[in-house]
Amino acid sequence: MAAIKNTSAIKNSQKHLLGIQNLSILEAKNILNEAKTFIKLNRSKSKKLDLLRGKTQINLFFEPSTRTQSSFDLAGKRLGADVMTMNMVNSAQKKGETLIDTAMTLNAMHPDLSVIRQQDSGAPNLLSQKVNCSVINAGDGQREHPTQALLDALTIINRKGKIEGLKIAICGDILHSRVARSNIYLMNMLGAEVNVIAPKTLMPKSIERLGVKSFTDMRKGLDSCDIVMMLRLQNERMQGSFLPSKREYYEYFGLTPEKLKYASKDALIMHPGPMNRGVEIDTKLADDINVSLVKEQVELGVAVRMACLKIYCK
Amino acid sequence: MKEKVFINARIIDPSQNIDEVGSVIVDVNGKIKSIGKNTKKTDASSSAEVFDLKKNILIPGVVDMKAFVGEPGYEYKENFRTLSQAALAGGVTSIVTMPNTKPIIDNVSMVDFIIRRGRDKASVNLFPCGALTKQMEGKLMTEFGLLSSKGIVGFSDVKRTVQNTETMARIMDYASDIGVLIMQHVEDYDLSKNGCINEGEISNRLGLQGISSIAEKIIIERDLSLLSEFPCRYHINQISSKNSLEVIKKNKTNGKNFSVGVSINNLSLNENDIGDFKTFLKLSPPLRFEEDRFALVNGVKDGLIDVIVSDHIPEDEESKRLPFAQAATGAIGIETLLPLALEMYHNETLSLNKIIETLTINPSKILKINKGTLKVGSDADICIFDLNAPWVVKADKLKSKSKNTAIEDRKMQGRILMTFLNGELVFCQQ
Repeated sequence: MAAIKNTSAIKNSQKHLLGIQNLSILEAKNILNEAKTFIKLNRSKSKKLDLLRGKTQINLFFEPSTRTQSSFDLAGKRLGADVMTMNMVNSAQKKGETLIDTAMTLNAMHPDLSVIRQQDSGAPNLLSQKVNCSVINAGDGQREHPTQALLDALTIINRKGKIEGLKIAICGDILHSRVARSNIYLMNMLGAEVNVIAPKTLMPKSIERLGVKSFTDMRKGLDSCDIVMMLRLQNERMQGSFLPSKREYYEYFGLTPEKLKYASKDALIMHPGPMNRGVEIDTKLADDINVSLVKEQVELGVAVRMACLKIYCK
Repeated sequence: MKEKVFINARIIDPSQNIDEVGSVIVDVNGKIKSIGKNTKKTDASSSAEVFDLKKNILIPGVVDMKAFVGEPGYEYKENFRTLSQAALAGGVTSIVTMPNTKPIIDNVSMVDFIIRRGRDKASVNLFPCGALTKQMEGKLMTEFGLLSSKGIVGFSDVKRTVQNTETMARIMDYASDIGVLIMQHVEDYDLSKNGCINEGEISNRLGLQGISSIAEKIIIERDLSLLSEFPCRYHINQISSKNSLEVIKKNKTNGKNFSVGVSINNLSLNENDIGDFKTFLKLSPPLRFEEDRFALVNGVKDGLIDVIVSDHIPEDEESKRLPFAQAATGAIGIETLLPLALEMYHNETLSLNKIIETLTINPSKILKINKGTLKVGSDADICIFDLNAPWVVKADKLKSKSKNTAIEDRKMQGRILMTFLNGELVFCQQ
């Protein structure tokens, strides 16, 4: 990625990371470039920096999360910030406090960064209008999950050397997936060709307006793809109203070694986790270190989040 | 009261097919005494008050067929006094008020209350609507006969739709016998579940659950099928899509008798205006594609849509300062109804006569009320406006108690100058 090398002079103009949609290509490349420098650090013995010493980072998680929450937690700590993670699942909002009031309360404690995960699309946007600190979106409703897309991009670059010109398939519950949306925007932006594959009931109407090709046949959708991103299928979607059964979904949309043959010979598999083995992905395939990038995604996730925290901390 | 004479007025009254420069005389009882190009200043008594309108336009006071007044229960959002002020500033002299108050207007004593309260506090003509079903639950019909006799002009569950087909059939059957007006909100809940904006690219980008226009169309088709069996006075409150319009066209061409309304918002805005989660533009029915908006404007032009309403829904800041999915639906609009409608004249999509017809005589005919006309002998409810005066919408200048306008900062062309109610000057632009 020759272009990435020349981005050191780019300063990300926005104060908040709300979504890939709000990023310019240079800003996205700047984050990825910055993240690369942290990969080595994270693999070394001494992992601590003091770039964010004296800064306060609040993680507000209104939805249960394991990997994103711990990843942001670790990223902040490795950069030397004081990190406070608040599990908001059972919190003041249950007592009737509005999102804005909660935000204003925390804002009064002068944080420099707040990382938010919320079940309502657009909640980070609303928050960013009301607080003084930088807001980083860690997933909002069905809208965006920008750091997930960035870590996916970094993982691909790490393995394939580039994104431009690759063919990427995103497969699964596209309708409800913020990961899919953020990845569509980012991969398109970085020059990949994107196919989305889903059963008709889980495919948003007019998805092609986002610049992708849509398929309901996995064999066609996977044709000569370099990367296969599988999405998690949530349990509550599996019965009745969206799909007839788990069994039928696996038959037609589960990733198996046979179906993977339709993709390019050296195709790699990604999954944002947590996985439903035997529902969307064959369990052996998920663990096959030759094709599965799942662990690497988690590892590079920390690097990407460190880059985001560094760039967006005011 | 003194006699009044308006001279040099461009009079537009679609109920009499008048569009001419002339004079209007209002008698001492606040009724129209004489109107038209042949009416002369000298026809009025010598003591009459004279208004030289300098070719500005004089029309019957606007009849807004759908507005929410906060009383009782939501006085913090709007009350009779503030609603009246907003209405008169917008040239609206008659308002059909919605029954989704707290408590809901579904029984006789509530009607008595609202009529008495309105008479004391309001300074416009109020025509209250009653609930279509008890507690708006869509299950049991209200006392159509008794409520009508107390002054209810129509029955509506406002933002709610009777989902059960059998219930709807019975309502229409019963209503067809006693001749009351059914005003239906058209939305299939199963299809619109959790939805908050139009389904399409924008809903994908914002990550919000979309509402397909089929949710609207399917109820229209159901109700119009029932209407063949039970020919009652049936009105569709608001439609939002091209899809629905096609069904309406088919049925109206086949001679079926019903009427259709549209919100000024759906005629002047589209889903793109929602931008970055602007909750003031969260409306029900939702703003749709530009092609839907354009089809609706043509629907008005072709007479498939009979009335334009403000769908005035005052909401306090707390109900709107929330993540989009949780925010309340609706926008205020009674004060900007006519000026915004004039936009369609200025951009040459509708004739002035058509716009005024849909705002005056058409709703009056549907409601069977004696308004929206300047025929000799009728109440002198008059709106006078400058067709070209430019101004900019600023929420804090609007008179509603709530400031949730969907068209903040919009540049308007056409402004209300004066409003008269029963011949009395009740609003004058400063």
